[in-house]
Amino acid sequence: MSVNYIPRRFDIVRDNERCVQCGCCVRQCSNECHYFAEGGKIVLADASACVACHRCVDLCPTSALSIQKHVCDYRENANWAPQYQQEICRQAQTGGVLLSGMGTPKPYPIYWDKMLLNASQVTNPSIDPLREPMEIRTILGRKPRQLEVDAAGNPLGEMPPQIILETPIIFSAMSFGSISLNAQKSLAMAAKNLGTLFNTGEGGLHPDLSDYTDYAVVQVASGRFGVHKDYLENARMIEIKIGQGAKPGIGGHLPGEKVNVEVSNARMIPEGSDAISPAPHHDIYSIEDLRQLIWSLKQATQGKKPVSVKIAAVHNVAAIVSGCARAGADIIAIDGFRGGTGAAPTRIRDNVGIPIELALAAADARLRDEGIRSEVSLLAAGSFRCSADIVKAIALGADACYCASAPLIAMGCHMCQTCHTGKCNWGIATQRPELTKRLNPDIMHERVENLIHAWNHEIKEMMGGMGINSIDSLRGNRLMLRGIGLSEKELQILGIKHAGE
Amino acid sequence: MLREGEVRIPSGCAIAAIIDKKGGMINGAEIIKSIALMHDRSNGLGGGFAAYGIYPEHKDEYAFHIFYDTAAAKEACEEFLFKHFNIDVAERIPTRKIAAISKSPDIWRYFGKPNRVRMKNARLDEGEYVMQCVTKVNASYEGAYIFSSGKNMGCFKAVGYPEDVGEFYMLDTYNAYLWTAHGRFPTNTPGWWGGAHPFSLLDWSIVHNGEISSYDANRRYIEQFGYKCTMQTDTEVITYLFDHLMRHHGLPTKVAADVLTAPEWTEIDRMEPEKREYFTRLRAIYSGALVNGPFSVILGSNKGLLAINDRLKLRSLTAATKGNRAYFASEESAIRIICPEPEKVWSVSGADPVFVPLEIAQEEGE
Repeated sequence: MSVNYIPRRFDIVRDNERCVQCGCCVRQCSNECHYFAEGGKIVLADASACVACHRCVDLCPTSALSIQKHVCDYRENANWAPQYQQEICRQAQTGGVLLSGMGTPKPYPIYWDKMLLNASQVTNPSIDPLREPMEIRTILGRKPRQLEVDAAGNPLGEMPPQIILETPIIFSAMSFGSISLNAQKSLAMAAKNLGTLFNTGEGGLHPDLSDYTDYAVVQVASGRFGVHKDYLENARMIEIKIGQGAKPGIGGHLPGEKVNVEVSNARMIPEGSDAISPAPHHDIYSIEDLRQLIWSLKQATQGKKPVSVKIAAVHNVAAIVSGCARAGADIIAIDGFRGGTGAAPTRIRDNVGIPIELALAAADARLRDEGIRSEVSLLAAGSFRCSADIVKAIALGADACYCASAPLIAMGCHMCQTCHTGKCNWGIATQRPELTKRLNPDIMHERVENLIHAWNHEIKEMMGGMGINSIDSLRGNRLMLRGIGLSEKELQILGIKHAGE
Repeated sequence: MLREGEVRIPSGCAIAAIIDKKGGMINGAEIIKSIALMHDRSNGLGGGFAAYGIYPEHKDEYAFHIFYDTAAAKEACEEFLFKHFNIDVAERIPTRKIAAISKSPDIWRYFGKPNRVRMKNARLDEGEYVMQCVTKVNASYEGAYIFSSGKNMGCFKAVGYPEDVGEFYMLDTYNAYLWTAHGRFPTNTPGWWGGAHPFSLLDWSIVHNGEISSYDANRRYIEQFGYKCTMQTDTEVITYLFDHLMRHHGLPTKVAADVLTAPEWTEIDRMEPEKREYFTRLRAIYSGALVNGPFSVILGSNKGLLAINDRLKLRSLTAATKGNRAYFASEESAIRIICPEPEKVWSVSGADPVFVPLEIAQEEGE
């Protein structure tokens, strides 16, 4: 119906002098934008379904393609921006909730960009990481209040289980179902080679990943998909997923069409059935219930696996984190509202939750006020775009950072934000065999490793500049941060001074 | 301009120390001679000394050394002190009028024991009670500053070059079995006497050279346990770390030193399994207490003398021994001027803290 007109987002520009009508773009585009015309003699494009994933541009053998923003002007209106009008059109047509993929694209403040790092001059030498040892080894897990030693200084008793990481960067939860097995395997291989962790999300553990269980975080989420004794035991760490930064307060929904036989096996649900994760865990209605679940998981694994609790960054995050610590969580992951997702209701993604920077600063400060920060590990999640974001997060108080979007970009993702359609041309957020085969784990794990190696080097450079040679001395070292263009209140919450102070 | 404690001031320094482990007495003139040689390492904005074994007649009482800026501050502080302690002696610390040291605050010392009733009501042990009283005065009594609070020991410090500070306090009239000394080179000019070093709390006294880059990580770690870093100096936070590890957690001196200067992971990974387990635990539990950046530290106490150096050996620290005596200084020359022919001289390494226990120490195990 013409009343439903929504201008397309992009134009596909084809340089006809370069195009050799080979049809590569036709084969590559799962959105079916490119097509043969005139009996297969020429290639044309209809950009109405184009998402700007750049697959055709990247693979065009003659570089004949480019994508441009499609312009169809509306009368200027600061209030009724075109986006809202288009969304209304969509909802008037379907009566449904709007869905989106990836983290919010809205221009909320990004505090990483409003914090600057320190460097040594004169009174304190900077350290050259190429000449001196520079330590980024990170240990996650519950720490005893103090070291018990005998008179000769030998340690006594047992330590709770600890996870030793060779980088403060770990891969965040992405389930098999939301991403392809090839994508998950690439991350698993990279985690093993890098000495870090990948996270199965709530999609169960596929048998193909059995070589990587020492590097796996297995999630226990509200749907309890794939949770059984072997799943819990075949893991380095167990994570109870309470919430996700991109969609705090709601559950998840993997449509039945994506539940093929493989996904069905991993999740332990019938093929073709919708996988619905309820909003709450139906056995957790308060903190005392969480304590019981943590205890049960530890009992089921003879206390050998650290248990993490992942929550979304919401207004009362500091008190919730403190509650989780007191309920027995060894590790607490806070996921900020800019964090990514395979699919989330747009309104929730763009309006619920708070930024990780503020949530992390508040939670770290609260745990210190209560004198228990050193006993638990704190993970930050919710959009780390580069190594400097990680350094700033650690200086605010994180032990390690969960990254997902960045490794996906390393594997080909172009942030087209349509993961929820299941048509990912890069073979990441899809289960279609013809698409998933485009992602070769044997190549992609190396690209992910390269990325993390590069970030590790940069983290070491920045630490060296600050005169710090162990990440232990960066953690919570807020004097290394200065705010730029922040209000008194923001500085107070972040616990940092302003530049020039 | 903000006073020290309201702003963090980096500074470079000279440090020196002497100990006679059998408890033989050493005159203050010796340590002054040693630190004076390193005149160029300080800039006249702070010098000081700590001396152990100087108050044998009051050895069971706490000796409080206090700076007063005003008579009103003295009155308020004394009211607090007399309420919380049974004070036996209250007197001005004797000083010499010398040209190099001017604008002195009123400097007093008190000997006394905790008020038993109050201490019992507060449900604190003696050390904790005294520490909390000292923290209370220093944080909330403006114009009063307790800069020494141990037993049978005392801290003497001022704005000036260390050799002038020694003359001012007439340290040549004191004999001690353990001396530490400090000359300061702050890169800012607060000119506050309380900001000079050593920094002292209970029996601990610390002299330190360097600027630690882990300061805020260490501060935020230690403030979890009731400490308040009012001075914002490295020396203060290192003192609290030692106090916490040794007094609250009951760790032996050597273990506490291992926490602050833990070996690098590459080294730990090559160790025997038992050692590796020990250091891995220690680094996991006390990651917030690892001290990073350039530093050399000498910690004095009634247990003995501990010298530690940063992990990369970015600051100089030389040690020497002769007979019952051990010497430490930022420069070897400062040792040789008072001990020309030591039996052994070495550079203190980052991974290997040097602890010289006092073999007369009665307080051990207290």
